[in-house]
Amino acid sequence: HGPYQPHEPGYGLDQPGYSPYEDEIPDAQARMLAIKNAKAYLLKTSTKSGLNLYDHFANILTKILDEQPTNTVDIIENISKDVKWAQFRKKMDTLRDEHLIPPTFEAAEKYKALFVKEGEEEEHEDLEDEMPSLPNVMETAFYFEQAGVGLNKDESYYIFLALKNLINVQPIQTCRFWGKILGLEMNYIIAEVQLQEGEEGEETGEEGEETIAEGEKEMSEAEEEDEQKEKEAEPPKSTYKPPPEIPKEANGTGTNKYVYFVCNEPGKPWVKLPPVTPAQIVCARKIKKFFTGRLDAPIVSFPPFPGNEANYLRAQIARISAGTHVSPTGFYQFANEDEEEEEADTYEENSEFEPPPVAEMVESLTTWAHHVKGILKQGRCVWINPSQKSEENEEEEDEEEEEEEGGEQQEERGLPLLTLISEDEGMKDIPAWTAQASTNLIPEYSVAILQSNRWPGAYAFASGRKFENIYFGWGHKYSPESHTPELPPPAQAEYPSGPEI
Amino acid sequence: LAEGLGPDRAAPRSRLYSLNCLDWSLLTPATKEVLALAEQVKGRFQGDPSFEYNLSEINAEAAARLIESGKEPVIKEEARLIATIEQIDKAVGIVPRGAFVKTPLGSVHENRHFEGLSLVEAKKLSSYFHFAEPVNLKNKTLLEKADLDPSTDFLDSLEHDIPRGSWSIQLERGGTVVVLRSLLWLGLTFYHVPMTKQFGYVYFGTGEKNLDLPFML
Repeated sequence: HGPYQPHEPGYGLDQPGYSPYEDEIPDAQARMLAIKNAKAYLLKTSTKSGLNLYDHFANILTKILDEQPTNTVDIIENISKDVKWAQFRKKMDTLRDEHLIPPTFEAAEKYKALFVKEGEEEEHEDLEDEMPSLPNVMETAFYFEQAGVGLNKDESYYIFLALKNLINVQPIQTCRFWGKILGLEMNYIIAEVQLQEGEEGEETGEEGEETIAEGEKEMSEAEEEDEQKEKEAEPPKSTYKPPPEIPKEANGTGTNKYVYFVCNEPGKPWVKLPPVTPAQIVCARKIKKFFTGRLDAPIVSFPPFPGNEANYLRAQIARISAGTHVSPTGFYQFANEDEEEEEADTYEENSEFEPPPVAEMVESLTTWAHHVKGILKQGRCVWINPSQKSEENEEEEDEEEEEEEGGEQQEERGLPLLTLISEDEGMKDIPAWTAQASTNLIPEYSVAILQSNRWPGAYAFASGRKFENIYFGWGHKYSPESHTPELPPPAQAEYPSGPEI
Repeated sequence: LAEGLGPDRAAPRSRLYSLNCLDWSLLTPATKEVLALAEQVKGRFQGDPSFEYNLSEINAEAAARLIESGKEPVIKEEARLIATIEQIDKAVGIVPRGAFVKTPLGSVHENRHFEGLSLVEAKKLSSYFHFAEPVNLKNKTLLEKADLDPSTDFLDSLEHDIPRGSWSIQLERGGTVVVLRSLLWLGLTFYHVPMTKQFGYVYFGTGEKNLDLPFML
């Protein structure tokens, strides 16, 4: 170690009287000089960054004394790094950053719209007409909270307000919060609604007109093509006739009994889901896909799903409703007791219903009944013979073939409307439903909770005369075995080819 | 289910279960054979910790081995429970980047200087790590390794999870909370409030792995 240079640490230490072990420097003047030298050294500006050690230490100590973190000595290097980093942020740029609107602010604006009350004049008008029933979402949320199921209070309240908006905008007779389905990018909040009569007819009329117009266009194009083709030799026309399309159920009956509105978040506009067709339900049974959260997303699957995510969502909602909407037995009764049970489609509330005690509702499943008709294999609630309709359109030659095909399809009979859920089959050794009381500690106020095992996420509660169904989940059915996708159809036989032909 | 963590987060954890939140029982850590067996048991949990699954239906070889060694060819639900918990923790237990630091001695501690991820970082999958033994770290190229900070980047990030898209990231409450949901173990939810130290994950579900995931994406 040669003589230390002034910039090296240790400078001056090999001089007598300047070693670090001698705290006292006897000579006062020499001490002052040493202090000045030390301070000058600390104030030396670095050639790289323009900072100097003295200021840096001062900043660090100020920051530490201001914030007083615990175990400072362990994080001192990080604090030093932070102080240096802060240098860059304080500099005032000639270019000012745009004031970034935080997304929280935008979201708050959207929610604020929910809270705005409409003018008082409109309220008086509404009171004159029949008030559509707004479901008490908060009360339902309270009961489900007893079961440990549900959304947090804020979100429930936003949904409540969003439903109120929906009722004000659309002509709605009854409305219910159906549940929430989770998706990859966004979630769906679903409302089950019955529109006032007369409102639904208009839409189907419009759709019908559109298809007729398209059909006419296709006809004229086809005629032109035919004229051209007559001159050339025509290839053999295929004799394949696709199986007749099963018509969807009319609005207001069966699977389309209710109309569903969805939105991604309360505050966003409600979108009406199209009615479901049997083909969509049949296909939805064969595939298992996550929802992305965008209604126009395509569903890429095999067998190819006839529709986009909105249709798949509607089909799953129909399946879940048919499988898991239950009510206490006796709450609903058939409107006409003379009709056969299997044909009855409508039910009404039983005014003489006496709710059984909660303990009984939990113990035996005979106290609960489905109030939504089950979906047959065909995809409808009421079986229809597809060959009957197509006979009118076909020529006489084809009638024989049609009858053969019609004979194969047997009439399907589903369970009648108000069946008890104790007749639901379980899967292997897993029962279809699990019933629990919300608490054993306070039996007077406990609520009977029913969980579906076939559709995980479907819950129902009953407490006295009040009951409700709800769904929170991903929208898929439970199966103990893994999902096996349908195999592609076998390769069709080709025409034999060879020297003989 | 409750999990006990010691000061060294990389040490084995103690797990307790209860049926009524009043009486808790300790679960003994599972051996590798039990883990492998439990993976093959399918179907829902019964809710009775002493329920015994008949092994001969599930795996005839293991049942035969057990019979030879003099034990009954069954697997108890308790063993299945601890195996499932360990699988879930290993596969989808996640933490934000920078929340934990590794000391040179190898133990893992909470990073008291962690102030939370920023909003931009919180939306990226690469800012979250699996809190388990890293598998992919050694496979990274030298260039990538040079960018890593060995004290905070010592775990696998979620970016390269197979299959791609097995995590769903959503911002809730106007962007104040970021929620990650695992699609492999349906019911695992991870939350983090950006720019704060709050994060955590819980599992509410049936305890079954979602083997249909590749078909569902």
